[in-house]
Amino acid sequence: MTPAGKKRLTAVAALAVAGAGLVYLATGNIEENLVYYWTPTDLLAKADTVKNATIRLGGMVQTGSKQWNAETLSLRFVMGETPEAGGKTITVVSTGAPPQMFREGIGCIVEGKFDGQIFHADRLMVKHSNEYKPPADVADSHQLYKTLAPETPATHKSGKEDAVRAAPAGTETTR
Amino acid sequence: MQKALDVGLPIVAIVFLVVGGVLGLTVAPADKDMGDVYRIMYVHVPAAWAALLAVTVTFVASLVYLLKNNWHADALGEASAEVGVFFGALLIVLGSIWARPTWGVWWDWDPRLTTAAILLFAFAGYLALRRFVDDPERRATWAAVAAIVAYVDVPILWFSVRWWRTLHQIQNTGESTHSVMTKSLLWNALAFALLYVWFVRLRYRVALARQAEELAEPPETEPAHTPAP
Repeated sequence: MTPAGKKRLTAVAALAVAGAGLVYLATGNIEENLVYYWTPTDLLAKADTVKNATIRLGGMVQTGSKQWNAETLSLRFVMGETPEAGGKTITVVSTGAPPQMFREGIGCIVEGKFDGQIFHADRLMVKHSNEYKPPADVADSHQLYKTLAPETPATHKSGKEDAVRAAPAGTETTR
Repeated sequence: MQKALDVGLPIVAIVFLVVGGVLGLTVAPADKDMGDVYRIMYVHVPAAWAALLAVTVTFVASLVYLLKNNWHADALGEASAEVGVFFGALLIVLGSIWARPTWGVWWDWDPRLTTAAILLFAFAGYLALRRFVDDPERRATWAAVAAIVAYVDVPILWFSVRWWRTLHQIQNTGESTHSVMTKSLLWNALAFALLYVWFVRLRYRVALARQAEELAEPPETEPAHTPAP
């Protein structure tokens, strides 16, 4: 075979390997085998099998469920499939200040252990959606991120009163 | 034409970058959730697209090299891969800077981030492979095979946010993004595409010059190694 023909064969072989890899991934049930986090429904269905195992749980922080204790630095909230009540839910407890973006109604992923009743999280991550929209009710956009800090009472009106009320009095921190 | 591009391309690219920066930093509104933090999107997303464009060019050039035995394609593949690794590294650093205030962590091994890291390391490996192999013929062939196989990661990376549950959000759409934000993003994407073309042209010339050098002087015959007694 000529050197050029050999190279052409190499190209076909390389493409075949690449294509086979992709087909395997696309058809090999990898969506089910590779799961980055479980939803509350998944976890409750398998709760018995994961005692003492570190797992990731993802869902929405339920509206009205956030309890932040500034003295013990403990955070407690209910994780559900949707921000509103309804469907399976799991109570999550974590220690330490949550990320500034953390608030009720937002997507959230926690890593830790489930004892059958409560999920004890060692790591808490806020999941942002692909929505990028300007706020409807804030005059000075540069203050916006600061006002979203969960421990700081929001300075702008509408929609945020619930979040402020959910935080116990005197929880302002100097972050 | 070449001369005009040499002078014009950097100027146009920088003008686009400045306009894109002004649009992203001052004209586009703040985001309702992330405030000003989201503005990293205007460089993070264009860096991602530029990196994907770069490795796609390397993939196509590798195929052309193998199918047509075209040495210019080999030089282009090398040039584009190097620029791609630069944009890929930029992508991950910028993403990490955005992730810390938004997600609360610098990094996590979610499917999107993992496939992005794999892409970066695969093409860094491609560049390393090129430096390990002395024989030009072998180097070009092996590198082309490596690039074609590594390119499998691109569709996986792109669809990772739809195939799997991820921490990373799915792609923005016109509906999910405010129109001024979308326009600012497209300006910046164009700026990064121009940067990519500028960088690749320069690097491609270096690659061609090295090829010519290799052809001019046959590889030095190494002194015979005598095994130590």
